[in-house]
Amino acid sequence: MTTTKRPTLAVWKFASCDGCQLSLLDCTDELLALAGAMRIAHFNELTRNKVDGPYDVSLVEGSISTPADAERIRDVRRSSHRLITIGACATAGGIQALRNFAGDGEYAGAVYAHPEFVSTLSTSTPVSAHVAVDQELQGCPIDRHQLLEVITAELAGRRPVLPTHTVCQQCKGRGTVCLPVAKGTPCLGPVTRAGCGALCPSIGRGCFGCFGPSEGSNTGALAGRLLDDGMAPVDASALFATFYAGDPVFGDRALALAKTGEPAPVDDQDRPA
Amino acid sequence: MSVDDGAVFDSGGLDQLIGVLRSAGYRTIGPIVSDGAIVYGTVTGVNDLPVGWRDHQEPGRYRLEQVSDAHLFDWAVGPSTWKSEFFTAEETVWQASIADGQVTFSEPDDDTGPVAVIGARPCELSALAALDRVLQGGAHPDDRYAVRRSGTFVVAVECGAPAGTCFCSSMGTGPAARAGFDLALTELFDGGHRFQVQVGSAAGAGVLAQVPHRSAGDGDRVARQETLARAEARMGRRLDTDDLPDLLARNLDHPRWEEVAERCLSCGNCTLVCPTCFCSDVKDATDLAGTVERQRRWASCFDVEHSLLHGGPVRPTTASRYRQWLTHKLSTWWDQFGESGCVGCGRCITWCPVGIDLTEEAAAIRTSAGALGSVGSVGRRTS
Repeated sequence: MTTTKRPTLAVWKFASCDGCQLSLLDCTDELLALAGAMRIAHFNELTRNKVDGPYDVSLVEGSISTPADAERIRDVRRSSHRLITIGACATAGGIQALRNFAGDGEYAGAVYAHPEFVSTLSTSTPVSAHVAVDQELQGCPIDRHQLLEVITAELAGRRPVLPTHTVCQQCKGRGTVCLPVAKGTPCLGPVTRAGCGALCPSIGRGCFGCFGPSEGSNTGALAGRLLDDGMAPVDASALFATFYAGDPVFGDRALALAKTGEPAPVDDQDRPA
Repeated sequence: MSVDDGAVFDSGGLDQLIGVLRSAGYRTIGPIVSDGAIVYGTVTGVNDLPVGWRDHQEPGRYRLEQVSDAHLFDWAVGPSTWKSEFFTAEETVWQASIADGQVTFSEPDDDTGPVAVIGARPCELSALAALDRVLQGGAHPDDRYAVRRSGTFVVAVECGAPAGTCFCSSMGTGPAARAGFDLALTELFDGGHRFQVQVGSAAGAGVLAQVPHRSAGDGDRVARQETLARAEARMGRRLDTDDLPDLLARNLDHPRWEEVAERCLSCGNCTLVCPTCFCSDVKDATDLAGTVERQRRWASCFDVEHSLLHGGPVRPTTASRYRQWLTHKLSTWWDQFGESGCVGCGRCITWCPVGIDLTEEAAAIRTSAGALGSVGSVGRRTS
């Protein structure tokens, strides 16, 4: 890779906490090699220097939650050859997508002294609801190894290897004993996408679902297990709604649990790939 | 070498046996208690074993309790399998790098020294034999498996305490050890805590010769038979295997597949705790330094991506994936390998987070298959 023809990388922030883009700076061992392989053209967390577009690769963090963002994401798309969304906010609307379940301005009124000064959309939506997205990277926050996988795949012109199977498979691979089976601990691992390396279960905490639903997941059956283990429906609802409320696979289950108090009919399994 | 049931030693003898194997250069892997389960790890002596531990297993539930006795093997298999020792969850197949226009390939050294398996149950001996057949019995043996598997010394322990999810007697794999071991122990309690030892190979005889022991008497042999009979009687589950491969092949459109799919999480736990499941996925990775690596990891037929071909997955629904899993274990494994792919260990039942029971699913299909009538031939090979 010559330095004169380095592809350009831009990092953009929308409604988010910056944690995902900081995962890029967290790649300490690889950061210099990355800077050698790509020209970092726009990255506010790293430098005030900015290079005008177009950009070869854009990483987009955050959800679309204001009218201004809905416009700005179109500019980012126009100036980007490849657009990769990173994290639960950009791919599913984030924690702020809880507002999608509430009435107009209900949360703003609870949080801000003068909500009339705040201009927001009534929903927090993923970037893919607004513009075409070339690649999505899940997680709250994303896993830096997966981020490097996506970037190196872009540089090599290959498809990244990103699992769509469950966290359970990472637990079994590393030899972590199943928390629900051996201890009755509530865990979303059986319906959550792998990628974190089964971090929480490895230290005895049930999975919080922060990588969103795995492919073909059956949240209704898992909700039944959570209630059987003594979890209150309202708590099970909150568990499903914590990180990926904006994804209908988790969000609809959270709503059903909150409304009916039952695991609810299984209507989301067998989703086609 | 004929099987001989002539020796007896106590737990001190077992401790010395482990020491002899370690001195001979084996990595001694056996049952240990960790994170609320009996799993496999390094054992250096009997004190590392699950002294006084008992297990309670039922569909979707596993609990341990410790009582104040010196029993070492009074429990049934946990979530670990010997598979993971020889067919590892993740491994590098090869690496390549480019320097001065030359591509250089290298393979990792998979030889981590011979393993001494301490405490393999009879069902697990059958599972290892099945894996051997699949991974190194064909025209294209798996080199990495073969390297890790070569020179394995097997100390089996016959089963005296099957779990609520066990059904090895239905599958003809236990509770007695018949083949596939160097030494097989039976833990006896009445008349003093001791182990009756059977020798299954010349290597086993050679190792036993280095451990103090006495000849078994009639009392020891009777105690062993009583232990095995007790185990048989407390087997938690049964599976009617009569005509089972064909029964399942005739019922590929049975409504039960859709019914179980409503309960199935499609999480893949059953396949990863199964001691015979051998599917893997191979991917290539690149890094910023220009190194390319081919990696292999366990895969599961419950992954949507597992059946992904051009145009989409072949098994897009949970019903189709569950059917694949169950019919492969109990039916089409016979077509491929001439035996059952299920050894009756019960792990898939205990470690299913929603407690789906393979024996119950097979029985449900048998119960209502007659009423439905034959769904008809599905073109199954009748080799």
